[in-house]
Amino acid sequence: MLEVEDLHTAFRTPRGLVRAVDGVSFEIDRGRTLGIVGESGSGKSVLVRSIMGLLPTSAAERSGSVRFAGHEISSLPQSELRDFWGTQIALVFQDPMTALNPVVRVGRQVTESLRLRAGLDRSAARQTAVALLESVGIPDPIRRLRAYPHELSGGMRQRVMIAIALACGPKLLLADEPTTGLDVTLQAQILDLLGTLQGERSMAMILVTHDMAVVAGRTDEVAVMYAGRIVEHAATNVLFTHTRMPYTEALLRSIPRLADPSHTRLRSIPGRPPDLSIESPGCAFAPRCAYVQERCRHEAPPLRGAGAGHRFACWFPVGSDEGTEALASNLEAGLPAATALSATSTVHSSPEAVSSAHSGIS
Amino acid sequence: MAGSGTAHLRTGEALLRAEHVVVEFGPNKRRVKAVSDVSFDVMRGETLGLVGESGCGKSTMARAAALVQGLTAGKVLFEDTDMTKLTARELRKARTGVQMVFQDPISSLNPRRRILDSVMEPLAVWKIGTKDERRRRASEILESVGIDPDQTAKRRPTELSGGQCQRVSIARALTLEPKLLICDEPVSALDVSVQAQILNLLHDIKGERQLTMLFIAHDLAVVKNVSDRVAVMYLGKLCEVAPPDVLYRAPAHPYTTALLAAIPDPDPEAQVGSVPLSGDLPSPTDPPSGCRFRTRCPRAADRCAAEEPQMRELAPGHFVACHFSLEQPAASGGPSRATAASGTG
Repeated sequence: MLEVEDLHTAFRTPRGLVRAVDGVSFEIDRGRTLGIVGESGSGKSVLVRSIMGLLPTSAAERSGSVRFAGHEISSLPQSELRDFWGTQIALVFQDPMTALNPVVRVGRQVTESLRLRAGLDRSAARQTAVALLESVGIPDPIRRLRAYPHELSGGMRQRVMIAIALACGPKLLLADEPTTGLDVTLQAQILDLLGTLQGERSMAMILVTHDMAVVAGRTDEVAVMYAGRIVEHAATNVLFTHTRMPYTEALLRSIPRLADPSHTRLRSIPGRPPDLSIESPGCAFAPRCAYVQERCRHEAPPLRGAGAGHRFACWFPVGSDEGTEALASNLEAGLPAATALSATSTVHSSPEAVSSAHSGIS
Repeated sequence: MAGSGTAHLRTGEALLRAEHVVVEFGPNKRRVKAVSDVSFDVMRGETLGLVGESGCGKSTMARAAALVQGLTAGKVLFEDTDMTKLTARELRKARTGVQMVFQDPISSLNPRRRILDSVMEPLAVWKIGTKDERRRRASEILESVGIDPDQTAKRRPTELSGGQCQRVSIARALTLEPKLLICDEPVSALDVSVQAQILNLLHDIKGERQLTMLFIAHDLAVVKNVSDRVAVMYLGKLCEVAPPDVLYRAPAHPYTTALLAAIPDPDPEAQVGSVPLSGDLPSPTDPPSGCRFRTRCPRAADRCAAEEPQMRELAPGHFVACHFSLEQPAASGGPSRATAASGTG
């Protein structure tokens, strides 16, 4: 349904050209959910906006192709793109407080697209809006139509955002960090809601997040982004169980897990993401990678297939012979990234004072 | 207003002890009851994790513990001194023993000031050493948190990444050699890969400097990782206190159970459960009577509205404030203490 091919988006800045999205390709079918995971600055939000055509043309340079249901939409002018927004593709933004207009009542914000796009009259739009708010789990929707965004809680605002996005029955829903900033209990509610609505309407959905745990249970496939590129893309369970890209592996290992005992030392990734305004010839993750070899610093690995739709960009993939060898030689050389990654799951020793404090209570 | 009691306070030498702390804001009609009679203690060398969702009063509690926020009622004892009774001058002096690290590392540093100056400032305020000595001392501390002073000292916060700024904030909090470090969501603004670095750093400096920590976060996995004891807060009150491994294995309070169930698991095989909690947090200006969680609690009964549950001990070290929590955590009995001890030993 959506095919993105070799999409590039770069911003002209005083520091030079920042390649926020650097050659991304993927496709997504009807009714499927794709998770896009990356840290801040990995280009995931810019990717979503590039697909929508929401970026200012003055500051951004864009190339590549975005096809939606067979139509090329990347070259359309905004006036024609508008016909796609809402009715075909809709976007749920991260921060509902800034995405909603603070001085317009919720009712008008929900009915706006219904009247403009779906061409409903006032009362029909109002009825549809009530039904929509009800379907996203807002209690007392008739009263809420008259509320301003600040009168609603964060969870309610995000529900309103979802209602607006769904108003004209889009075929593809892009959700850009829809639950970041919400509490865990609310996050679970909103993610459940998105999943249910997606099933009911057989929409395709792209769920963009920085949280591996969010995509784990709720997507069919996952693409991991680093420095503007997809570095690994696979069916969700394959990505988690047969990780090939060292970045994905390191990311998964650095998350504190509930199943681990308290005071387990975390395996952190040394360094930080690269500056995208500086073009480097090799793999962008090389400076932080536990598997890095000479080749990685000079030659960027292409995204290659590993069967069953699993793609990854690495010369020395996790679990392969060359990867194991590379890691072993780095360990021998004492590379910090390698030692951090391979550190056995140690539990911090607790200071004396603590154990005595505990013994005082038992 | 009755709180959930003090059964979970321990005898023995606590570095910090908060007793019946109440913090309220605003005029009488719309009075926000941010913290309603919360008591807790932190032993020397211990890390107490305080978890709860936004609006539960955990940050206010942290600020009250540091006496940055005045108390409406109750007291805060630091090294057995009642901080609420001190004069402004004495309090200022006493507060050098308690330092805070905040959530947003970039905005908690002065953007116009160079890194080294920010770290030196606490020393200058207290006129400790000569300027050269201060500079040397600040450089040492920067180095101990993993910042290269030669490269970074002259820079300004906007030139650094979030993770580096948080390291600088930690360095600044350490310059006066505090005994207690209060960390208010220190990693929630950071990327996952950097979060692990900061958590490991906090653990290392805690060991090196024999620090005691009050660690506040909404992320239960993070809290579990750093804490020796965890207190769960809901709408201005504590609902459960336990060692982390026990709390996560056998939560006794329905709120803790719901909170744990809502955490997404980074394992695609794990079943995504149904929504554990419905509705929103009630308004802190008009909290429910009795148990504050009863409006969202699956087990709420008439008793919960009439009578406020008090903290009681279910197993050694495991306290819960709930009328109906007894039948559930039978598994959390004796062996928990032993496994936790062997796990950390």
